[in-house]
Amino acid sequence: MSSESSLQTKAEPPSADTLIDIDHVTFGYDASRTILNDVSLSFQRGKVTAILGGSGCGKTTLLRLIGGVHPVGRGTVRFDNEVVDARDKEQLFRLRRRLGMLFQFGALFTDLSVFENVAFPLREHTDLDDTMIRDIVLMKLNAVGLRGAAQLRISEISGGMARRVALARAIALDPELIMYDEPFAGLDPISMAVAANLIRTLNDTTGATSLIVSHDVQECFSICDYAYLLSSQGRVVAHGRPEQLNASEDPEVRQFIRGEPDGPVRFHYPARPLAEDLGVKA
Amino acid sequence: MGKKGIESLVGFFVLLGIAGLLFLALKAANLGSFTASSDTYSLTAKFDNIGGLKVRAPVRSAGVTVGRVASITLDPKTFQGVVRLDMQRSVQFPSDSSARILTSGLLGDQYVGLEAGAEEKALVAGDVIKQTQSAVVLESLISQFLFNKAADAGSAVPTPAPASGGKK
Amino acid sequence: MTNPLQRIGKVALEASRGLGHNATFFVDVLRNLPAALRRPYLVIAQVHAIGNLSLLIIMASGLAVGFVLALQSYYALVTYGASESLGLLVNLSLVRELGPVVTALLFAGRAGTSLTAEIGLMKAGEQLAAMEMMAIDPKSRVLAPRFIGGILAMPVLAVLFSAVGIMGAYVVAVKLIGVDAGNFWSIMQNGVDVWRDVGNGILKSIVFGVICTFVAVYQGYEAQATPEGVAHATTRTVVISSLSVLAMDFVLTALMFTHH
Repeated sequence: MSSESSLQTKAEPPSADTLIDIDHVTFGYDASRTILNDVSLSFQRGKVTAILGGSGCGKTTLLRLIGGVHPVGRGTVRFDNEVVDARDKEQLFRLRRRLGMLFQFGALFTDLSVFENVAFPLREHTDLDDTMIRDIVLMKLNAVGLRGAAQLRISEISGGMARRVALARAIALDPELIMYDEPFAGLDPISMAVAANLIRTLNDTTGATSLIVSHDVQECFSICDYAYLLSSQGRVVAHGRPEQLNASEDPEVRQFIRGEPDGPVRFHYPARPLAEDLGVKA
Repeated sequence: MGKKGIESLVGFFVLLGIAGLLFLALKAANLGSFTASSDTYSLTAKFDNIGGLKVRAPVRSAGVTVGRVASITLDPKTFQGVVRLDMQRSVQFPSDSSARILTSGLLGDQYVGLEAGAEEKALVAGDVIKQTQSAVVLESLISQFLFNKAADAGSAVPTPAPASGGKK
Repeated sequence: MTNPLQRIGKVALEASRGLGHNATFFVDVLRNLPAALRRPYLVIAQVHAIGNLSLLIIMASGLAVGFVLALQSYYALVTYGASESLGLLVNLSLVRELGPVVTALLFAGRAGTSLTAEIGLMKAGEQLAAMEMMAIDPKSRVLAPRFIGGILAMPVLAVLFSAVGIMGAYVVAVKLIGVDAGNFWSIMQNGVDVWRDVGNGILKSIVFGVICTFVAVYQGYEAQATPEGVAHATTRTVVISSLSVLAMDFVLTALMFTHH
């Protein structure tokens, strides 16, 4: 193992540059199933960090914990050095104004128009008058390339467009942290390229910190500065810069990065030997 | 559907509701038949027994509704029922008029019946109706009836005829 | 395996937990009412969605019930020579009972299911989660306006049901059957008290409005975020609303209309 790569589960020590620090967190929705097992991650300010992993390994759950939707079982989640307490409504109100989240399918408000969707956080959290709001909304829509679609209803726009509108809505209040839940899932190559480009550009121009939860390795590696890989047991398997992960010798990492059908994550669901099932003598 | 459009529709909805309410209250219920208190003056009548009289029961004279029962209380000294009546200002009654508690129909609601007297002086606001007759209570009626029957039977009992021989 | 006593205990505990959850949810929604009132347009939009859009079915049903009531009551009353009291009978039946109750049942079916489905689908589409992440309480922005809208709409609908029903009865009784119009109205007016009958009827419909709207909103919010989940939730809305309204009607009638 080269001294440059840090592919163990040891977390990097939190520094002043750390916006989010997840410290030995264990979490499960109910007592029977633990989703996250003693995970430690940290996300640097101003960087794009990807959280990779297969389905059901707790990536989206991680985003929810950062947003304070559920209280953690064990460990602490820190946002800008402040411990996130899901039970403290006032703190949550303060923290959530500093973050924007892009949900997997947009989660746009279907009863409002594109314009009204983006204007929503502005109307709710600021006292700006209508002209100011209009200007800001149009600028945000312009940033995602949809200024011309402002008057359309949600039912009239495509899936890719919906996600861009959702992105415009997520950045309406210029948040410090933008979280993306599977931003590339189900998009055609053009839309995917558009999305990736937007994420990177937004991050750089606004100085925000971006967290991408995804299982699309190639797109993520093309834009992220750092990545964490979670396993299906809810543990951090590896973390590092994209080139470090690409060069890794760890079989679990290699299987995921290269997309190999069989490896540490078995292809076959545990079963008896085939010969036994078919009733044939081996 | 613009904002203004929806607001007007809801306004229409509310107006429709008010119209329905007015219809129910005025045409289909007794609100229409006078309740304006400025058109009434108050009289009092005392009864030994008010029977089943209720507040808001009508006050009728010759079958025509001329007022409403405003309140029913008990006089703590005389233990009589004190009934306050709101009378229509357009109708005056002589000071010796009498009030009875009657039943509409056979088993209907009870009301106050006013029978005009002969005096020239009229009852004014606050006056007390002197002549009153209490409600007929069914139990008293029945016991009265039985008592009368028993009394009749008693006076009509034939002296036992000297049937089985024997001179007196 | 588990003996009957354990099963009963489990069911009882589940029911009591469910009731408690309902109660805390109710208090939560109430707490958010002032915030919703500060945003009148949201409430108005809901009154439109719930009330205006139910007008057709309520008034059509009211008319139909009025027709039928007049017809049926006539044949019952004419045997006792009391056909002149037709108006009174129809009015009291509508204003005291049928207006509030049938309106509530129709409301549960039309507006209630619509509310449940809408909120359930918002939940399934992560719209409620998105609102939470934007530091906006969905109970305040989505549930409370709908709750107020339902409570405002229900009495209006019930009054219209009764009013249209009486007019329908008039048409059948006076125009078709030939009951005397004057008697129809005057006997009715004499026998119906605005406060005791119409007023109590409206009170009933307000209570039913609270029940039906709350059940609809609760079921939608707690629905499983899947198509089957939403379907089950809408069924539950109708069933629970209807049964609660009928049970509450008995209690209210006993309180309001029987003599103590």
